[in-house]
Amino acid sequence: MPKAVAITGNEAVAEAMRQLNPDVVAAYPITPQTEIVQIFSTFVADGLVHTEFVPVESEHSALSAVVGASAAGARAMTATSSQGLALMWEVLNIASGMRLPIVMPVVNRALSAPINIHCDHSDTMGARDSGWVQIYSENVQEAYDNVIQAVRIAEHPDVRLPVMVMMDGFIISHGMETVTLLEDDVVKRFVGEYRPEHSLLDVDHPVTFGALDFADWYFEHKRQESDAEAGVSQVVISVAEDFARISGRRYGLFEEYMLDDAEIAVVALNSTAGTVKEVVDALRSDGVKAGLLKLRLFRPFPHRDVLSALRHVKAIAVLDRADTYSTMGGPLFIDIRNVMYDMPGPRIVNYIYGLGGRDIDLDEINKVFEDLKDIATTGKVGAPVTYLGVRE
Amino acid sequence: MSTLKEGTADVGIAREEPKGWRDVPTGGLITEAGNAMEYETGDWRTFRPVWHKDRCIQCLFCWVYCPDSAVEVRDGKVVGIDYKHCKGCGICANECPPKVRAIKMELESEAAGEGAAGNEGGGKDNA
Ligand code: SF4
Ligand code: SF4
Repeated sequence: MPKAVAITGNEAVAEAMRQLNPDVVAAYPITPQTEIVQIFSTFVADGLVHTEFVPVESEHSALSAVVGASAAGARAMTATSSQGLALMWEVLNIASGMRLPIVMPVVNRALSAPINIHCDHSDTMGARDSGWVQIYSENVQEAYDNVIQAVRIAEHPDVRLPVMVMMDGFIISHGMETVTLLEDDVVKRFVGEYRPEHSLLDVDHPVTFGALDFADWYFEHKRQESDAEAGVSQVVISVAEDFARISGRRYGLFEEYMLDDAEIAVVALNSTAGTVKEVVDALRSDGVKAGLLKLRLFRPFPHRDVLSALRHVKAIAVLDRADTYSTMGGPLFIDIRNVMYDMPGPRIVNYIYGLGGRDIDLDEINKVFEDLKDIATTGKVGAPVTYLGVRE
Repeated sequence: MSTLKEGTADVGIAREEPKGWRDVPTGGLITEAGNAMEYETGDWRTFRPVWHKDRCIQCLFCWVYCPDSAVEVRDGKVVGIDYKHCKGCGICANECPPKVRAIKMELESEAAGEGAAGNEGGGKDNA
């Protein structure tokens, strides 16, 4: 019987990791690390998992150790947040370039400076182009479900890429929710044994990982990586179908909330999508055709599907919890506008909000929809990029 | 990895067209042991070592010291230099006993001009 429990996002992800029982977990145990590996390390100490736990001296070393373990043929994981992810930067590209199916939960938190420990998405948006698959989670249940699915996605023969699974710092990582957990053996069967195509410990088939790759071959390997990314959406969908069979919970590339007939819509990531749903419900009861597209798979960007989901909408607001400092809006806005470029219809605006953990409330989201109503009626866009919730 | 075949161009030797991105192992993986032999690293020499058989006393110092295993030895005797892998560092010439000096470094451009294989992809060994 699956059981419903009240736990935090960190506890749920640690629980998923216990059930996944990876061969190796390496982590730097001091801030900016989260409770995820702290809780997981107690499972190791209590003998509940067979995992080799490697405490290292930095986040750079944590991911380096995981890269080595993965190349050796292990199912290897770590978890991080904020500055920790920033310190891993060099190794992120090594993990994806070597096509290692590492799974890493990331708790979204702001980057310094100024020093801040609260939620925004500047950490993982900084890793946007690292070749990792990025999956965002609205709540504790999704964070738990996504970590389990991520293993199957990463290890799929058509993918073999590392996957980050995100949840919002504090709002979800420390927020307690009722979650339905799967049985241990159900998770075990769902992910199965990891069978690497090549591994360093397979001495009968010796391979070299990480060799020098000059101008005569590097480009070909990067082209392969891009090709693998193009196949990720299909795998995400088929893994989600299998997951629905064991859990009853359905996932896709994104969630469409009242989007079918929507005339105005918001696009958002992570926990803010939950707040947007409240506003959409209220607007719908007033007869306003409002909707939401909550993106789950952000990298690679499921552009064809997003296009067909949004093409009928008159005015779209993209909410970004990170800035690109391009002065042209946030990262999600840039992608959405790119996807919609060839569509004559929809007008698209951007709201950058919630940096450093600044709350976004129902009134502010209401204001976004009010703006969208105006844009949909007049067809006119004022400022394409607005900073929402900042004091003027 | 590409293999050499006889070409008709001036350089004497041409490479086979290398494989496209669909046909190589993913992730930069090398899946065959010992295939460094096939990767020609001798195409950026400025000087080439020229071995003079008549002066050589077969002390094998050059073979011991060459950092790229480019001194070719058969049956315990030096037989020449593997120009496909020799990088032209000159260590062999330096280590060859001063009284013998059986290896001389020559400018690659001049050596190539003599009709020997050029420095594009290495040449035939001079055994
Ligand atoms: S020049 Fe250097 S690389 Fe070439 S044979 Fe001599 S020692 Fe070896
Ligand atoms: S070091 Fe000189 S003498 Fe000795 S084997 Fe090499 S070429 Fe011959």
